[in-house]
Amino acid sequence: MTLTAPETSTRAAPAVPGRSRSTLTRRLVPYGYLSPTVLLIVVLMVVPIVMVIGYSFRDNVIVQENSVFAGFANYTKVLTDPSFLSALKNTAIFISVSTAAHLVLGLAFAMMLNSPLLGGVTKAIFRIVYILPWLFTIAVIAVIWRLLLDPAGVVNHVLQTLGLIEQGVNWFSDPSMALWAVSFVNIWAGYPFFMISLLAALQGIPGDLYEAAAVDGTNWFQRFVHVTLPQLRPVIISMAVLDLIWTSHQFALIWMTTGGGPLNSTEMLSTFTYKQAFSEYEFATASAAAVIVLLLTMVLAFFYVRSQRER
Amino acid sequence: MALPATRLKRVIGAVTAATMVAFVAACGSDDTASDGTVTLEFAQWWGAELPAGEFDKIINDFTAQNPDIKIKLLSAPYASTKQQLLTGAASKTLPDVVGLDGAWVNDFAKQGAITDITKLMADAGYDDSELASQIQLDGKTYMIPVVNFVYPLFVNKDLLTEAGVDKVPTTRTEFLDAAKKISASGGDAKGWVLPLDTAVPNGVQNDVMSWLWASGGSMLTDDGKPNLTSAEVKSTVEFVQSLNDAGVIAPGSLTMKEQDKVEKFSNGQVGMMIDSLAHINLIKENKPDLNFEVAALPAEDGFTGERGIPYASWGIGISDSTEHKAEAFKFVSYLMSQETNAKLSTIANGFPGNKTAEPDFSNSDPLFKAAFDIYQQGYPANEFVGLPKSEDLMRSFAEQLQLVLTGKTSVDEALAKAQENWSSVIE
Repeated sequence: MTLTAPETSTRAAPAVPGRSRSTLTRRLVPYGYLSPTVLLIVVLMVVPIVMVIGYSFRDNVIVQENSVFAGFANYTKVLTDPSFLSALKNTAIFISVSTAAHLVLGLAFAMMLNSPLLGGVTKAIFRIVYILPWLFTIAVIAVIWRLLLDPAGVVNHVLQTLGLIEQGVNWFSDPSMALWAVSFVNIWAGYPFFMISLLAALQGIPGDLYEAAAVDGTNWFQRFVHVTLPQLRPVIISMAVLDLIWTSHQFALIWMTTGGGPLNSTEMLSTFTYKQAFSEYEFATASAAAVIVLLLTMVLAFFYVRSQRER
Repeated sequence: MALPATRLKRVIGAVTAATMVAFVAACGSDDTASDGTVTLEFAQWWGAELPAGEFDKIINDFTAQNPDIKIKLLSAPYASTKQQLLTGAASKTLPDVVGLDGAWVNDFAKQGAITDITKLMADAGYDDSELASQIQLDGKTYMIPVVNFVYPLFVNKDLLTEAGVDKVPTTRTEFLDAAKKISASGGDAKGWVLPLDTAVPNGVQNDVMSWLWASGGSMLTDDGKPNLTSAEVKSTVEFVQSLNDAGVIAPGSLTMKEQDKVEKFSNGQVGMMIDSLAHINLIKENKPDLNFEVAALPAEDGFTGERGIPYASWGIGISDSTEHKAEAFKFVSYLMSQETNAKLSTIANGFPGNKTAEPDFSNSDPLFKAAFDIYQQGYPANEFVGLPKSEDLMRSFAEQLQLVLTGKTSVDEALAKAQENWSSVIE
């Protein structure tokens, strides 16, 4: 025993630098694994965002070789543009109505699909029917609803046959109807995501909570208010914030149905920014508008992250 | 057999290094091969719109005649090509030869993205007298229209007959009368269709300003400034307003797109429309039984002058940053040659950019021959070609016209506002 001790110590002495090397390598390995992702994030997200922020402080970017620093002039121009303010108002209405309706419809359908009153086959059929809108791409949805809501389309024909309207309604081309029409289409296209998520959350609520509530003599509504909703609260908050963010970025549906018209009644921040860039070639003001949208989205993202932390 | 760790690292290192070298080499590679062969990139949307393989044949003929030049076709739909060229123009990375729409020329030329072809023509000793038109800015040619597509009046003959109209209208009054009769003939059909969607606002060019040009009018002054408050433009807008007031325009105008217009005409929901000749085949494919014909656009009552007929072009230009301008122009002059231009126009169902080229109508629909006669009797008119931010100009005009049609403003106020908007763009 005593003979081996000195040998061990003499071998251990030169091993110290090697150990430190291996410790360093071990420390660096995680960064090595992360580096492709970090590189992608930097190239695909950080660089474009920084470039857009940079453009927003210059004048005549992209179209002129020698653009000049313009300070906050582009922001002033955007924030005082009546079209931008109108787009901001339309976007606020569009995302609020869409998110609220997604939530109500998603919860209603999820509760229906979770109900013990329906048989297995019936539930399966309803699940397929309810989830269908989610399976279509935005382009298909836009084409379908443009046809359905055409003044000579099926919807007007049905409503006229039922005697609910006398003349065909110009759903997308009447300035007073267009915003509600695109909101309706967006609601139709988006509720299945809420429904699926809330259905999963409903199925995760322990049954003994309902049993205990039933023992306490509660009715259906009281169980919904005091058991179901509190249990769903974290999911509802996360979904609502995410939906607000996603809906605020909706571009394709608006562009393919109304293009922001008629008379700017469906102009959103996304379509406003697109027109500034690709129709007016005002990339600097488009960048300023995009940065403003980014900041507004970050406020929503802050609430989302906070709700996630609370969970 | 597993590789030892150190060997594996070396292999990975070598592969990574080789990939990096190849990547860097590819980024900085010259498009001139070691044997002197030059490869020209040609971005356009034409290949996507022609019958499969037809455009390749034309390109192959060129490369057979010019073995030292290769053409790499970058074909994509119109909208994608536009986006790609917009980005390329901004970053000065346009392909060597580019398909152009007249509406983009001003912006690309001002950005210095496309080159002055006048100089290349002079250097090559090219005789431009055969060219039907050239799109110029400050006296310099930046685009040559290769094939032109005209926008005549399409008339549903059955609807016209049912309405008791025995001849295709040739004046505005006759048109309004025919449109009223079609709308009043019982069914759901309306007399005319007007797409005023602001996402793609080309309805202003094709369906509104076409009335002005058909009567020899102009929306610009002689020195190219906006002239929207002129009596001619006012009369045109008032005519469109009268059609709207008479209830003869198909509902849904304010967000209607060009494809909706064609569909409504194909389905017999409207009696008359102004549309591209290129859609004849599409309409016949979708509705083989539709009985229709094409005619010149009606002019103002009493007008006897030459009628302008709106057109769109497949134009061609050359990148300012290409190192092979001479080779690029050689290719352009090949496409504009009498034989090739006639061939390309025939397969595209368009009209040639070379005045001496004669398209072959022997296998085409007789309507193309009728349209060619209309084209030759008038002159191609499209004042948006060469204007800066032309899409934006169309959109601002469309917005003012929408206000007129919804009764929110008067014609005079709308035109004054449009004039103000345009004046800030066209300096």
